[in-house]
Amino acid sequence: MSEFLLELLSEEIPATLQGWGVRELDKMITASLKEAGLKHGATNISHSGPRRLTLVIENVADKSPDISQERKGPRVGAPEQALAGFLRGAGLDSIDQCEIASDKKSEFYLAKIEQKGRAASEILAQAVTDAILKMPWPKSMRWGRGKLRWVRPLHSILCLLDSKTIDLEVEGIKSGNTTVGHRFMAPKALKVGGLEDYEKKLSAAFVMTNAKAREQAILDQAQKLAKKAGLQLVEDAGLLAEAAGLNEWPTVLMGDFDKSFLDVPPEVLITSMKKHQKCFSLRDPKTGKLANKFLLVSNMIATDNGKAIAHGNERVIRARLSDAVFFWEQDKKVPLEEMAKNLDDIIFHEKLGSQGERVERIAALARELAPIVGADPDESERAAKLCKADLVSEMVGEFANLQGLMGRYYAEQQGESKAVAAACEEHYKPQGPSDAIPRGPVTIAVALADKLDILTGFWAINEKPTGSKDPFAIRRAALGVIRIVLENRLRIPLRHYLIIEMAQIIEFVHFLGVEKRVHSMETLFSEDFDTKLVSDLHHVEVNKFLSFEIGDVESRAIQQKIENLLSFFADRLKVYLKDKGARHDLIDAVFSLGGQDDLLMIVKRVEALGSFLETDDGGKLLAGIKRAANILRIEEKKDGKTAQNLPDKGLLQEKQEKDLFAAIEQMEKASSKALDKEDFAAAMSALATLKAPVDAFFDKVTVNDENPKLRANRLALLAQIRSATTKIADFSKIEG
Amino acid sequence: MSNKRKPGQLNPQNSFQDLILTLQHYWADYGCVVLQPYDMEVGAGTFHPATVLRSLGPKPWNAAYVQPCRRPTDGRYGENPNRLQHYYQFQTVLKPSPDNIQQLYLDSLKAIGIDSSNHDIRFVEDDWESPTLGAWGLGWEVWCDGMEVSQFTYFQQVGGFDCSPVTGELTYGLERLACYIQGVDRITDLNYNGGEGDSKVTYGDIFLQNEQEFSRYNFEIADTDRLLQHFKDAEAECQLILEHGKQEDRHDCVLPAYDQCIKASHVFNLLDARGVISVTERQSYILRVRDLTKACCTAWLDTKGGRA
Repeated sequence: MSEFLLELLSEEIPATLQGWGVRELDKMITASLKEAGLKHGATNISHSGPRRLTLVIENVADKSPDISQERKGPRVGAPEQALAGFLRGAGLDSIDQCEIASDKKSEFYLAKIEQKGRAASEILAQAVTDAILKMPWPKSMRWGRGKLRWVRPLHSILCLLDSKTIDLEVEGIKSGNTTVGHRFMAPKALKVGGLEDYEKKLSAAFVMTNAKAREQAILDQAQKLAKKAGLQLVEDAGLLAEAAGLNEWPTVLMGDFDKSFLDVPPEVLITSMKKHQKCFSLRDPKTGKLANKFLLVSNMIATDNGKAIAHGNERVIRARLSDAVFFWEQDKKVPLEEMAKNLDDIIFHEKLGSQGERVERIAALARELAPIVGADPDESERAAKLCKADLVSEMVGEFANLQGLMGRYYAEQQGESKAVAAACEEHYKPQGPSDAIPRGPVTIAVALADKLDILTGFWAINEKPTGSKDPFAIRRAALGVIRIVLENRLRIPLRHYLIIEMAQIIEFVHFLGVEKRVHSMETLFSEDFDTKLVSDLHHVEVNKFLSFEIGDVESRAIQQKIENLLSFFADRLKVYLKDKGARHDLIDAVFSLGGQDDLLMIVKRVEALGSFLETDDGGKLLAGIKRAANILRIEEKKDGKTAQNLPDKGLLQEKQEKDLFAAIEQMEKASSKALDKEDFAAAMSALATLKAPVDAFFDKVTVNDENPKLRANRLALLAQIRSATTKIADFSKIEG
Repeated sequence: MSNKRKPGQLNPQNSFQDLILTLQHYWADYGCVVLQPYDMEVGAGTFHPATVLRSLGPKPWNAAYVQPCRRPTDGRYGENPNRLQHYYQFQTVLKPSPDNIQQLYLDSLKAIGIDSSNHDIRFVEDDWESPTLGAWGLGWEVWCDGMEVSQFTYFQQVGGFDCSPVTGELTYGLERLACYIQGVDRITDLNYNGGEGDSKVTYGDIFLQNEQEFSRYNFEIADTDRLLQHFKDAEAECQLILEHGKQEDRHDCVLPAYDQCIKASHVFNLLDARGVISVTERQSYILRVRDLTKACCTAWLDTKGGRA
């Protein structure tokens, strides 16, 4: 049993690929060992850093086991060719090396193959070589005159089994038992014998090999420095991991900046220091406000204790924050409505026009939606018109992650109402299944309009998400609508608003869109431009951008798109409800009622249906309804026509028939009353009254009576059950 | 007017020109040919044929040069302390990239006075891509105490062709580096000649007016119709030259064609600064320049310089 230690030393590896790299090496190498039958213990993938990927495998067996194998060959006296083939396959020279064995039928040759186990070092050498050659880096490179691809130039391979070097060579790089220390503080070669020695020697040479240990070291130092200054670290796990991936010997230093920078929103300062300089921010624990200090992580114990390094970083931070102040001041000079004009220059999608045009549509739709979500229409429209303006602000141009938030700050600065300012920030929400949803009515109106515009737009131009491809996050938009509607318990007839939005988009694609594109081509090819070209382009554009005939909004193709979009909503709703534990078949049962576009009512129906089916009556009635439906299906097929659902009262013979007829009439009245009031539980209770008569009917009455008139009448009775129940749900979709 | 120092003694810590001279010396000692700037308007030192074309083909090539760069959209009328529409890059290309190229680079920093024992020098991931050159590479931005002082790239493709052997490209942002070394916050405050008192000439003395005038020209005056025509002309000329240079077994007229490609690229940058190029058109212009670059690179590989 030995310990295997591999270190691949290269030039600086991107922080995100260090841990990944070791995991990949582990996967590939252990797969090779498994294939070779070499036993081993646990693997250790905790050592990775800016210049090294280090893999440790414990308790590696000395060799793979010997294998002895018998292989049955051709019968004695088989043709020469068959014998030769067999020998080749078994790796033998002569048939004399085989034994002759026999079974009941005949005598045949038997080859005994003895395969000696291979030494661990041999197997590992091969495994490491293969892994290096096949490493699936997301982006790799060549260097010098070499052919090898690695994430950055690979310099050395330390490969040990206990303290003995495993010899191998990959594209001119020979393995050995040495590594080097810190690039600046201890660049000399170090001879290594095993993991313990490796860690010890490198630690003495200013390299912390363990990635988590580096993170911890940064955190400890940062908190200590913060505490000493009476401040609190603004923790950031992503930044911490990145800093740990940029330093072999992380040394945290504190710097400060002028207090006047604190007039800028804290998020801006934190983002600027993090994104550009990978520095941590600090706050005053008493006030919660940002402090005019920062922490930087350097890779050095400098001879002057970091004075020059801190000073240098302060200068850079100062320049960065000056930029941020400049952006902040510049942006504040421009009213959001002015800024929003520049949205015309940002293409949202070549077929759906600019952000500016999108904002127009969102504003109109938000206004339409306002009353139904309890928002003021004027305020909703205003919020929608301003909500994307910050996308063209200097600040968001620099820090995309501040979109929305800057909108809020700028809205507040120019004295917009609280609701409008909040909408500027929060209309992007929810960004995912766990993100908070907006609660304010104005934000809701804008958020819904924004998302419905995306959905309708991409449906209009036939670019729906397929498989894993969803570049415009259309699914997320749909889920956003669903969550906003359901979690705010809003009643929204979606179809109505989709039609409004579709009308806007089609109008845009027809007129504005074409004009605009023709105009831009006009400038591009100015001198070759003639009027015929314009009309040709018009024609081409219209055909290209519309997959449907030009016509009124109510045309069939458009209707179809809207219905298709609604069924996409249904699918997303299913995913959403499934995550919440609802049965997907119940959702189907409600959706196939058709015309369903009120998400909240759909969910209520599903809930009522679910609780009904959980009752004993519910389960049994389901069976009865299904039985009726099955009989109908079979008999209707035989007859080649659909059974009419008006039984002739005079033809009802048996008591059970008459009871059922009466029960259905009764139930229809009660349930339609309940449905009118959207009291789905009551509708279910009404339905439950059918249980006993249905059971009795199937018990005593034969549907397929010899008398065709009676048979038809009884089928009509079943059809009546079907039509009465399908007002509540399509029970044929329900499983069980 | 005289500087009190011995001939040949350089002071990169206090003189912009000495910074350049020191780097030239350093790379000349390594064995690079020290070229002079290319006499055309380019957006980056990479555009110099000594980098774009020489990085293709099997022949070794080691060169260093200063290249003035023009980025019309970065103009700020000389009012931004760190942004100029005209600035200098010092460019070193080593083909094939030597195994110790990182160390060579670090030693060059030492030569200009950056001591790695009390400065924090870091290689921070930065993948480089130039759509107009059809080129990409992997490497880093090099940070010194948090300041980006260089770009370090291993070229993988240029003009759509694999670079083999690979060229290592080191690009020093001279103004920024000088600001750092001289401890100055505004580029215009840099000491250009190392002089003191009356004999001191600052970067601003030389270039502030340049920035003001060119910012005006780039943003306000440049005649866009004429520029559009220049673009088409350069494009057509480039194609014409390449057509004429095509021989049965080789190509004999690439460099003049590549000049037109550089020209087209700069005209595009000017048009961009004038704000007449929409987002969609932008892409199509970039592709047009890239097509020219690719055509030049293809032809280059059939010339004496590009062949084995």
